[in-house]
Amino acid sequence: MDGAYRPGPFGRGLAWVTALYLVLPILIVVPVALTDQRFLSLPQDGISFRHFQTVLGSAEWLGSIWQSFTIALAATVLSVVAGTLCAIGCWRISRRATDLVRVLMLLPLIIPSIVYAIGLYRYFGPLGLLDRFLGVVIAHGVTGIPYVVITVSTALAAFDPRLEQAARGMGASLSQTLRWVILPRIAPGIFSGAIFAFIHSWDELVMVLFIASRDVFTLPRRIWDGINENLDPAMAAVAVLLILFTLLLLLADRALRRRTEGG
Amino acid sequence: MSAAGRASAGWWWLILPAFLLLVVFYIAPIVQVLAISVTEPEPGLGNYERLFTSGAVQRVILTTLRICVITTALALLLGYAIAYAITLATPQAQGWWILAVLVPLWISVLVRAFAWVTLLRRQGLVNNTLMEAGLITEPLPLVWNEFGIVVGMVHYMVPFAVLPMLASMKEIDPRLLAAARGLGASRGAVFRRVFLPLSLPGVIAAGVLVFIFSLGFYITPAILGGGKTLMVAEWIGLQILDLIRWGLGTMMATMLVVAILVTPAIFSRIVDLRRIFGTGA
Repeated sequence: MDGAYRPGPFGRGLAWVTALYLVLPILIVVPVALTDQRFLSLPQDGISFRHFQTVLGSAEWLGSIWQSFTIALAATVLSVVAGTLCAIGCWRISRRATDLVRVLMLLPLIIPSIVYAIGLYRYFGPLGLLDRFLGVVIAHGVTGIPYVVITVSTALAAFDPRLEQAARGMGASLSQTLRWVILPRIAPGIFSGAIFAFIHSWDELVMVLFIASRDVFTLPRRIWDGINENLDPAMAAVAVLLILFTLLLLLADRALRRRTEGG
Repeated sequence: MSAAGRASAGWWWLILPAFLLLVVFYIAPIVQVLAISVTEPEPGLGNYERLFTSGAVQRVILTTLRICVITTALALLLGYAIAYAITLATPQAQGWWILAVLVPLWISVLVRAFAWVTLLRRQGLVNNTLMEAGLITEPLPLVWNEFGIVVGMVHYMVPFAVLPMLASMKEIDPRLLAAARGLGASRGAVFRRVFLPLSLPGVIAAGVLVFIFSLGFYITPAILGGGKTLMVAEWIGLQILDLIRWGLGTMMATMLVVAILVTPAIFSRIVDLRRIFGTGA
């Protein structure tokens, strides 16, 4: 198709400007994190890693990072187990009856988290789940299910249902079919879903603002307080660490997909 | 038959955990929100009456709608340019463009809001640079107002605008464009009379998606608005956490959900809604 149709100068220009607008502001936190000054600024007389040292030497930041990590891990397990089983069930039954389930699974993506957050605030009170590890895990895990359902459903769409029928026909039980026939084939989809569910929980702030206060103080919550109270270069250092971590997760996802597509 | 029946019952069991989790821990809290809006402080539609009588409530709604319309329009324009460039780029260049769209999508929204504060505040990098260059003498008010909110929200929404538009542009047969060119249409005419009309369903889907996401947006407006420009999500939070006015807060939350469910329903007559969420992750 070469020598075919290409965008004009205005279209190209606008696309370039937009791409720069998307990427550059995020990159600005890198030099700010490396500043040698005590306030938010670009490096003046050279770069310094002391703001990273501040963050990585602070029990508060490390505590929040660890808390966010464990919450995200537990929430991911919940999302992956429930979401994968649900996607397989919907795929296999595939009747109009599962349409309702599918719509239900999309709701957490559409309904703003503020609505859910105030609901949970009231709902978790009597259950004793406010400001508890378990409460946040449930909130994040449940809202992470849609990501897993979407990626696993995509993986299942490429899976030949006759393999499953053959396994069942030769006498495999439901759990044997799941373990040995279906799950190995859709593993990359499950893994992608797990990464998205993890990032979802790891970054989530709005629910945490309402259902957690002191004992559960996740990383996004600490960043939020930092932005609202003291804007210092340590915040930029945290931002850089977060960006690196997200990129790492996305690279892992990409590498895995490429490997399975190649093999 | 009974064996087949048992087998299909087995598959239903797989759906059960997710279904129960969602009903008990997602639907129930939200239904409770809807219920509170008509029961507190006293049963009835008193909270909803405020929609027509309270100036503060109306002001928040108008501010939100104004910001969302502006955000949607800008995100569509910029997103269209990117989707257009991706569609017509070589496969190699496509990879880079898509990276530029997808990576910001997954970077924490807090990190992005923080980056914008760093750039736009009074002693921020933009104002400092402009002052040093002698272009301005006073710092420009770039953040903690509506301008800052729009800049941050458009930045967040462009990737969501790109994905549905890209999906619909990919369905356009490139030979149509070459044919129109070959038949003597100018570049502008090819775009206006062939490409644009064919990509319109994607534009509408993207517009609906960006608009409903913008309506309930909390973090970016809260940080970049600095508490002065209130959008509904932050206003709801304020009612619940600071003013303990559950009735009013849940009423607005209900209106938000209604608006978010009704907007796509209106447009579903024009475009296939699966387009909007089909490209999800």
